[in-house]
Amino acid sequence: MMQFMLLFSRQGKLRLQKWYEANTDKAKKKITRELVTLVLSRKPKMCSFLEWKDLKIVYKRYASLYFCCAIEPEDNELLTLEIIHRYVELLDKYFGSVCELDIIFNFEKAYFMLDELLLGGEIQETSKKNVLKAIAAQDLLQEETEEPRGFLEEFGFI
Amino acid sequence: MSSRKTKWGMSEIQPQKPLQTLGNTNKDLYPNIYIILAPLLTMPPASATAESNGLRKKNKHEVEELPDVGNNLLTGVVTIDHPELAAARGVISGQPRMTWPSWSNQQHGVGVIDLVSVQAHGHANGGYFLGRYPPTTAVFVFSVVQAEISLSLHSWKRPTKMPAVKGDGMRGLAVFISDIRNCEYSQAEIKRINKELANIRSKFKGDKTLDGYQKKKYVCKLLFIFLLGHDIDFGHMEAVNLLSSNKYTEKQIGYLFISVLISASNELMKLVIQAIKNDLVSRNPVHVNLSLQCVANLGSRDMAEGLGTEIPKLLISGDTIDAVKQSAALTLLRLLRTSPDLINMGEWTSRVIHLLNDQHMGVVTSATSLIEALVKKNPEEYKSCVSLAVSRLSRIVTSSYTDLQDYTYYFVPAPWLSVKLLRLLQNYPPPEDPAVRTRLTECLETILNKAQEPPKSKKVQHSNAKNAVLFEAINLIIHMDSDPNLLVRACNQLGQFLQHRETNLRYLALESMCLLATSEFSHEAVKKHQETVITALKTERDVSVRQRAVDLLYAMCDRTNAEEIVGEMLDYLETADYSIREEMVLKVAILAEKYAVDYTWYVDVILNLIRIAGDYVSEEVWYRVIQIVINRDDVQGYAAKTVFEALQAPACHENMVKVGGYILGEFGNLIAGDPRSSPMVQYQLLHSKYHLCGPSTRGLLLSTYIKFINLFPEIKGQIQEVLRSDNNLRNSDVELQQRSIEYLQLSSTTSADVLATVFEEMPPFPERESSILAKLKKKKPARVSENSEVKEHKLPQAQMANNVDSAPPPPQVGELFTAQVTTPGSGGGSTDLLGLGTSPPLVTVGGPTTTSSSALLVDVFDAMAPPTANGLDANGLSLGAEENCKKFISKNNGVLFENDLLQIGIKSEYRQNLGRIGVFYGNKTSFQFTGFSVDYSTPGNLSSNILFYLNVNVKPVGTFVEGGAQVQQLFNIECIEEFNDAPLIHIKFLYSGAEQKINLKLPVALNKFIEPVEMDSSTFFQRWKFLNTPEQEAQRIFKARLSTDPEQIKARLLGSSLSVLEGVDPNEQNFVSSGILHTRNQQIGCLVRLEPNLQAQMYRLTVRASKTDVATIFCDLLEIQF
Repeated sequence: MMQFMLLFSRQGKLRLQKWYEANTDKAKKKITRELVTLVLSRKPKMCSFLEWKDLKIVYKRYASLYFCCAIEPEDNELLTLEIIHRYVELLDKYFGSVCELDIIFNFEKAYFMLDELLLGGEIQETSKKNVLKAIAAQDLLQEETEEPRGFLEEFGFI
Repeated sequence: MSSRKTKWGMSEIQPQKPLQTLGNTNKDLYPNIYIILAPLLTMPPASATAESNGLRKKNKHEVEELPDVGNNLLTGVVTIDHPELAAARGVISGQPRMTWPSWSNQQHGVGVIDLVSVQAHGHANGGYFLGRYPPTTAVFVFSVVQAEISLSLHSWKRPTKMPAVKGDGMRGLAVFISDIRNCEYSQAEIKRINKELANIRSKFKGDKTLDGYQKKKYVCKLLFIFLLGHDIDFGHMEAVNLLSSNKYTEKQIGYLFISVLISASNELMKLVIQAIKNDLVSRNPVHVNLSLQCVANLGSRDMAEGLGTEIPKLLISGDTIDAVKQSAALTLLRLLRTSPDLINMGEWTSRVIHLLNDQHMGVVTSATSLIEALVKKNPEEYKSCVSLAVSRLSRIVTSSYTDLQDYTYYFVPAPWLSVKLLRLLQNYPPPEDPAVRTRLTECLETILNKAQEPPKSKKVQHSNAKNAVLFEAINLIIHMDSDPNLLVRACNQLGQFLQHRETNLRYLALESMCLLATSEFSHEAVKKHQETVITALKTERDVSVRQRAVDLLYAMCDRTNAEEIVGEMLDYLETADYSIREEMVLKVAILAEKYAVDYTWYVDVILNLIRIAGDYVSEEVWYRVIQIVINRDDVQGYAAKTVFEALQAPACHENMVKVGGYILGEFGNLIAGDPRSSPMVQYQLLHSKYHLCGPSTRGLLLSTYIKFINLFPEIKGQIQEVLRSDNNLRNSDVELQQRSIEYLQLSSTTSADVLATVFEEMPPFPERESSILAKLKKKKPARVSENSEVKEHKLPQAQMANNVDSAPPPPQVGELFTAQVTTPGSGGGSTDLLGLGTSPPLVTVGGPTTTSSSALLVDVFDAMAPPTANGLDANGLSLGAEENCKKFISKNNGVLFENDLLQIGIKSEYRQNLGRIGVFYGNKTSFQFTGFSVDYSTPGNLSSNILFYLNVNVKPVGTFVEGGAQVQQLFNIECIEEFNDAPLIHIKFLYSGAEQKINLKLPVALNKFIEPVEMDSSTFFQRWKFLNTPEQEAQRIFKARLSTDPEQIKARLLGSSLSVLEGVDPNEQNFVSSGILHTRNQQIGCLVRLEPNLQAQMYRLTVRASKTDVATIFCDLLEIQF
């Protein structure tokens, strides 16, 4: 089971954090700080896996963003790399060549998408098509409910 | 999904559009805007491109001057002197935001202002940004301060790539995020956030009822603030309200806020659960899923209680759609993990198992995770899942990649499901049913076969997914450990990976092989790869891979190859990473003991260990070698001879002296016949080391000496002389003093018989598990990777404490003796002493006062402890630490801290943006400090702004600092951005049982990263004039606190890493200096002018720097130097 996933920039700014195991805020901050420093200090060609405490860290860098997951000892490292990749693919497909700014400005979307891919630290849906379908369904609901508001407002009914 | 995004490039900025806008703007109202916009917008994209190309060709230094076009353009703007501009102060700061020397490093987007924010919010910092993205286009982005401008900019499509908001677009949120991004330093960010928090608070408290949209927007802002790392203590109720909104997006944001921000113990949880209950029965599956995801994210006990019966129904009901089933399975899994007692599948067991047969691959994937957890809880009940899992797996591995459509990942059919099924099967022994078993074997063979096929794609995703399945299959093969054929094939496959060009695969192969080495079927096959593994140990560039290689060598070692492997590991130890040395020492010690055919070899290995890595040889290791030597008659003579030889080295480690001292004290007589190692020679050899050793070793040597008196009465006189010397008899260390007195008495008053009885040879130790093994086992789970040495070195401390019960150290005569004699009430006579050999040790090594039962002594020590040791000032810093730290602004070496116990010295050196600080901890007392640890932290706002890499990679501090000894620690630091605070170091140790804490600032200030620059008068003033905006300048007028002698001023300027430029300032009394501040991505020019007024004893200090705030920070640092 994945314990948490962190996205952070090359400058060490945290962009997204998802915790699948309960932790206090203080502990989260400490873990984040430690891992960001640890991962950023590694050289490009190094191994993507690290032993850290009693967990395994799997990380990969995409452009300016680092994706960093902590998994349990019995979990599969290589497939965790591919979970990261699938997530990136999803973001990319949804935002259209995604970049760090997309995730900053649409952080809630990034979370919703992650919830469709992973739930409770386990992979939920590996099909890219199905995840995007689910998100599209959400967006559709969004537009349905949002549109009347604009219309009414425009004509001064509200 | 529409494609609403605008790429960031000149071609797409569409010059006409903003121009048109400009045309519509009221020129009278905004003349300044007009002036600024026009040249920018009319500049043809082509020329910009050309210029940027020209720019990049120049090397760093040439570019230091602004390029022509940029220069014209900018000065054109800068020199606008419009009254309105002056009125709206800071409206335009015509400086390029970036500093050009570091042009080549500059990333796009740094410092870019999102124009959206201008539009809605009405202000942004001024400045131009000259960047490039993509590499062939130059983009001129600028921003303007003042609300009114917004209209004119609105229709200009966003030049930054994407503040575009998807879907409903909470514009206010996007604006807020832009604002935060535009804050250049944390203070501004905090200010902006506090403003927003106050605004939201007032909205939530206000009389006006907020509609759903507003609530959603504010809740979302709170969420964003929280994710930035700030605490949020309100808004929870509003978020809960959103849950019952009938608008999906509002509900969704509500759930997100709750998932991220509400803890399970929150009093609102009842309301949340009620809302979830409502959504669970919603007709809209999207709502159902939303509520399930919330449960899965929180997984609280209350939820398990309230919803534990609803969710299984969803999972197995025929009406539930697939997507909901998937969420339900994993939600249930989460509840099962957090509250296993509350989740009971009861009569649904078989239906859950049969989800493995579901048509929908997504459902099967989720269900397999759930089933594995259920299996772990109750393997018998779920046993029937084995055959279903095998047949499912078989269908996947035999399918073609086209069969599974979207569940094929880069030509690999359903890798996630395959891995999960293979994991599930690892919960059971090999299937009993022969048909199932055969089928499983076929699956595993197919997977191994596929690994040999040529790849269907060159993409790393293909190979990762394929190998993920392969590694999991190998795990299953190892788990079953029954089919030699499969095990050997697995081993050969991993052998191929050992030389793969992907580091990741080499790492995993080494790891998996460790497991294979433990199987009797594949152990031999693993050994074939010994050479490759040894090569890996020597050549891998990543320490985590080398660590794996050490593990594997350890695992594959047996009697046949022990000598070679131990030899290789010893070789490697000489150059090994500090982070893995301690563990390697333990491993070598264990292997040498375990596979020793000949104990002389073992003794050699351990002595080699001490010689090569003495610092990392823990007490367990040298205790153990003594235990073994004492227990084995056949090796005692050899051991005595070998240690005697080892001690002849001009410099030998203290641990060697300890082992040597002990062994010669016991068995020195075995080699005394040889005139080259006569008693006198032995004694003189040992005593030549005496003055170099810490108190605990000295104590041990004193015991050796008294044993010598027993063994070799002929040298009694010399030894008594040493015992009688002031240095021992009046040693400030009570332990040494006491031993000297008592041994002296013992040797002079008792008869030879008594002495012989007391110092009879040590009885053999009871055979028990090696204490080293126990230590390694303890260490293993907590094995931390490189870069965390500081933390790692806290480990042995704990182990030391535990060690007493696991393996008591060999009793040392002296200690027993002291303990007994000083116990009040004990007669102190020889009768007590007779029992020495068997009585348990009462005193642990090196603890001078631990159980000596003299309360008086303890008090004395307490009184000795200086009161300041634990005295911390208001900031938690040790007294005087702040003041002392300031001294280091203008020097690199010196004493940072000193009290009665400890002196901390600093030696530092800096080059560009890198620094190295050596910290020397000197123990001023003659007692050992135990539990010595150094931790570091960066103050709150510092850590968010800059990262300090502190690698302790030269000589990490051990947990002990011997009396009078000094240990060194090295901090490597990189300046990433400007900063105005320093990281803290926290030193902790035990001194005579009392904990001492010292918190200090590491003396690193921004000026350390400045390098002086020489320039002539015209260049200086040209640049000086160029840095003319208020943010770029800082000025202080202050009274001189130190001498105003020009030479001294000059020295202090030079000490602060600045040049002193002669003949630049027209007034000769003035000092001008210049330097470049190096940060990771930027080089920031700094100019300094110091004007002393000797009559008034005042200074005027002016600093200008090309980056906002740097001048201020630097001014603050310099001011206190004069």
